[in-house]
Amino acid sequence: MIKINNLCKSFGKNHVLKGVDILIPEGNITAVLGPNGSGKTTILKILLGLVKPDKGNVFWKQRITHGDYSYRNKIGYLPQIARFPENLRVRELFSMIQDIRQQPSDLEPLLDAFKLRPLLNDRLRHLSGGTRQKINTVLTFMFDNDLFILDEPTAGLDPVAMIQLREIIARKQKEGKTILFTTHIMSLVQEMAQQIIFLLDGRIYFQGSVQELQKLHGEHNVERAIARILEVNEHEGVLDSVQPTASTL
Amino acid sequence: MIKTLKYSFYDLARSNWTYLYMLFYLLTALSLLFLSNDLSRVIVSLMNIIIVLTPLIGMMLGTMYYYNTRDFAELLLAQPIQRKSVFLGQYLGLSLSMTLSFLVGLGIPFIIYGVLVSSEVWNFSMLLLVGVLLTLVFAALAFLVAAMFENKIKGFGVAIVVWLSLAVVYDGLFLLAMMLFESYPLENAALGITLLNPIDLSRILIMLKLDISALLGYTGAVFNKFFGTSLGLLVSLGALSLWVLAPLGLFLRVVKHKDF
Repeated sequence: MIKINNLCKSFGKNHVLKGVDILIPEGNITAVLGPNGSGKTTILKILLGLVKPDKGNVFWKQRITHGDYSYRNKIGYLPQIARFPENLRVRELFSMIQDIRQQPSDLEPLLDAFKLRPLLNDRLRHLSGGTRQKINTVLTFMFDNDLFILDEPTAGLDPVAMIQLREIIARKQKEGKTILFTTHIMSLVQEMAQQIIFLLDGRIYFQGSVQELQKLHGEHNVERAIARILEVNEHEGVLDSVQPTASTL
Repeated sequence: MIKTLKYSFYDLARSNWTYLYMLFYLLTALSLLFLSNDLSRVIVSLMNIIIVLTPLIGMMLGTMYYYNTRDFAELLLAQPIQRKSVFLGQYLGLSLSMTLSFLVGLGIPFIIYGVLVSSEVWNFSMLLLVGVLLTLVFAALAFLVAAMFENKIKGFGVAIVVWLSLAVVYDGLFLLAMMLFESYPLENAALGITLLNPIDLSRILIMLKLDISALLGYTGAVFNKFFGTSLGLLVSLGALSLWVLAPLGLFLRVVKHKDF
């Protein structure tokens, strides 16, 4: 179980997270949703120790993650942007990460699934964005991790690769792994996620199952339900932003 | 750390920049050696090139490399390794590849020329040592600057300014101060100020080794008088090593608290 307590983070004047509490049960697929700049990636990066929170704690497996690094040997992370050392070959990149992690890996079936085998000897700088994203996906899933953190995993993938990705995610969940992902593609959420965390303005607006979200706004379609939240909030948001300025006057 | 070092080095060993840098020193050394038959003169000319150019190239390649590998560093930081290992590995990988290009580029022409059997072999070694130290100093400064400025344009700008101030502006200001305050005893102040500039230190180091008092300049002469040749060599070498460690330590501190 991942437990996040009162997480706060600001970048300069920009308060990205304003006290976020999250519980993520083991073996679940959780989708983190929210408009651009709502702090989705920041939460994922704090989980990984890439961003240091101003306040609050992250517990995973009953242990505080802050200041530690060994806990990451059970986490697979798929970042949003895939960039690799330009002059290395695809094969060398895989062996580099294997060399760093020193864990048993299952590379071969993934290479076939994403049809990367013919590219193994290519230089990384010659590859297209979509191909790099596929390589990134393979790097994430090649180790037997307990937790997979995916930041917009579908970005840049072609439909065939997308189907492969969905299958891999479903398979990992059957194996009892925890998956946490952000996306803007609601059909993916509806199909895969058991839990939804909806972030708005640095706070959690909604946390619960897909069914609960649908019930809440009387919409069967997740996309519509989310759009409803945003519409309603835009009206309230106007009032919200007026109030503090009035009080400071 | 060794692993990130290894792959950084593999990556850079296939970069065109590495070979261009090597080729530059190769051609410069070759042409100087064929233009002049006096080895010690060639060494002095090369020194003047090295103390300006090695810092510039170190600064530029360092910032460029840091920014280029930034996204990949993020991926590495998500692996079960310490931040320090990732960044120290990258720094050492870059330093190693630049050092090798420098040593091979200068070494081949001089070895062909027969420096190993000449009386200049130790002076030449000092030239190489200074070049390597300057590479280490400015690669560390470059990493520090790049880590402090998220914006690439700003980062490159600051890197150029740092190089320019240490290589050019510093000397000018120094001379100006000497002229303005010439009626005061400035020896000790001059000594202190020299220790604050790695490029000045490198020049003095080579001059002391070559024992060319005419070229020592004011600071060099003060240095020589104060420490004597052998102690002067040790002090400047020590100060130069501190110039490697200080920015490197600062860089590691900056990335330790940084958000990626």
